[in-house]
Amino acid sequence: MSEKQLMRGSQVIAEAAIRAGCRFYAGYPITPQNEMTEYMANAMAELSDGTFIQAESEIAAINMVLGASTAGVRSMTSSSSPGLSLKQEGISFLAASELPAVIVNTMRGGPGLGNIAPSQGDYFQATRGGGHGDYRSIVLAPASGQEQADLTRKAFEYADKYRTPVLILVDGMMGQMMEPVIFPDPIDALDLPPKPWILDGAKGRPSRIIKSLILNTREMEDHNWKLARKYENIAREITTAESYLTEDANMVVIAYGTAARIAKGAIKRVREMGLKVGLFRPITLYPFPSKELLEMSRVVKHFLVFEMNTGQMIEDVRLSLEGRSTIHFYGRPGGIISTPDEISKEISSIYYRQHLEEE
Amino acid sequence: MKQIFQRPKYLKDAVFHYCPGCGHSIIHRLVAEVIEELDIAEKTIGVPPAGCAVLAYDYFDLDMCEAPHGRGAAVATGVKRALPDRIVFSYQGDGDIAAIGTAETIHAANRGENITIIFVNNSCYGMTGGQMAPTTILGQNSSTTPGGRDSLRDGTPIDLSEMLAITKGSVYIERTSVNSPKNIRKTKKAIKKAFKIQMAGLGFSLIEVLSPCPTNWKLSPVDACKWIDETIVKTYPMKVIKDEAGNID
Ligand code: SF4
Repeated sequence: MSEKQLMRGSQVIAEAAIRAGCRFYAGYPITPQNEMTEYMANAMAELSDGTFIQAESEIAAINMVLGASTAGVRSMTSSSSPGLSLKQEGISFLAASELPAVIVNTMRGGPGLGNIAPSQGDYFQATRGGGHGDYRSIVLAPASGQEQADLTRKAFEYADKYRTPVLILVDGMMGQMMEPVIFPDPIDALDLPPKPWILDGAKGRPSRIIKSLILNTREMEDHNWKLARKYENIAREITTAESYLTEDANMVVIAYGTAARIAKGAIKRVREMGLKVGLFRPITLYPFPSKELLEMSRVVKHFLVFEMNTGQMIEDVRLSLEGRSTIHFYGRPGGIISTPDEISKEISSIYYRQHLEEE
Repeated sequence: MKQIFQRPKYLKDAVFHYCPGCGHSIIHRLVAEVIEELDIAEKTIGVPPAGCAVLAYDYFDLDMCEAPHGRGAAVATGVKRALPDRIVFSYQGDGDIAAIGTAETIHAANRGENITIIFVNNSCYGMTGGQMAPTTILGQNSSTTPGGRDSLRDGTPIDLSEMLAITKGSVYIERTSVNSPKNIRKTKKAIKKAFKIQMAGLGFSLIEVLSPCPTNWKLSPVDACKWIDETIVKTYPMKVIKDEAGNID
């Protein structure tokens, strides 16, 4: 473990990537995440085995990552919402060809060019695959500096283990926030276990092909089911969520990332007023912690979904709860950052309207 | 009996799906022969395109990585930067490289990526059924240019190789053809030189090969070869477009 360091979130992810053995980064300038790209440029320049490329486009960047991943190197790209739209082709190919890669999306207000303020508008894009075809990406949503460091390490581990793209979903607030972080020890890229599938020249072994084209419909179907089974395993093995003050709660707020931090502040306030409210924070957005939520719905009959959008994760909450509890929604799209005070008012107004204080 | 002709070592024992008279078959053979002669198969990674040559990995007995349509140069860049001591080539058609993949190609050349591109120019989108490509010559019929390509409506054929030659990072660019035994020999020589340039670490090399597509040109294989000489070379003359490597042996 390293010393405690005070660092900006976007740089935390970059440093954690380097420490995870990431040795290839390609990116394109886009606000609000340029610090991450710049950090990678400098960090890679100091490594004898590191590559940084400022690509000519988001599309080129993701395809460079695809190439480097093919060669077995831990590879990463990062961007912000409009850039992610452009990367979707490559992400679909990565998923189809079963290639590991880590992709960071510092979400901003949208659709279109939108603005550069913190937003959670890309939840659907991230958790539903995003590109064309029948696939999913692992989606991780850190809510603190420390968690950005820890989940970045995990992102690379998951990407290699499951041979699939992993998205880290943050926003400009997460990226700009300075927090003390203890980084995991750096991994020497050479110490990582060899990958038996890479392309490095067919020396002393039969030649290999990495591809996604499967013209035979039955084989394509088999491949689709293979991927689906992989996603089932992923759901069994890595689904994570945090429960905060939920033990005695009769109302629970569901939020992730920046929204979850705001919600936590709000919950502290309403707790002081004696309201029994907790927080459920999905850390993996895909796989979504449905079982944990369903379990909670045995006692909790009122959930408030709070998102920095007009309502996206709420669909997963509905699917998880299967109508067992009442779901309320509060959303602030467009880059608006709610205050804990604002959320606490929303919580208490629902709380009293539903007469939960009488329970 | 002495065997005087055989399948190149690095072509798999598979039947090409290419149409009779198609240039791809010849170009595959030339690339495989060059790789064998340079003894680099064990350190070569190929990047086939989307297009008629999409199945190139079923023919080359080499490590091969599919690229999304047009992204060959970006994928090859990623592989080469990750493994700088390997030989990396992409194999791309004219629609792939000169339309949807123009940006990737120009910037790879401009960065001087030490990769080799085999650019097969058959002046149409072959696999999708003969639509206009950026390389379709003026007046040429295609399924999307009724009455032939018209400059006012459809633009003019793009000189991608010449554009790439302007970039400082490109080292060697030559346009050849496989429409005659003589031109086939020239093409092989050019491909060999391009790979040697990469082996020497000199930078970006690209061979544009004018290749017959009898199917979409609606010509017999023989007439397709003739048509290259009579018509296509007027727009795309066969020549060394750039050579900063000189004699590389
Ligand atoms: S359509 Fe043209 S380029 Fe494609 S395989 Fe047939 S002849 Fe060759």
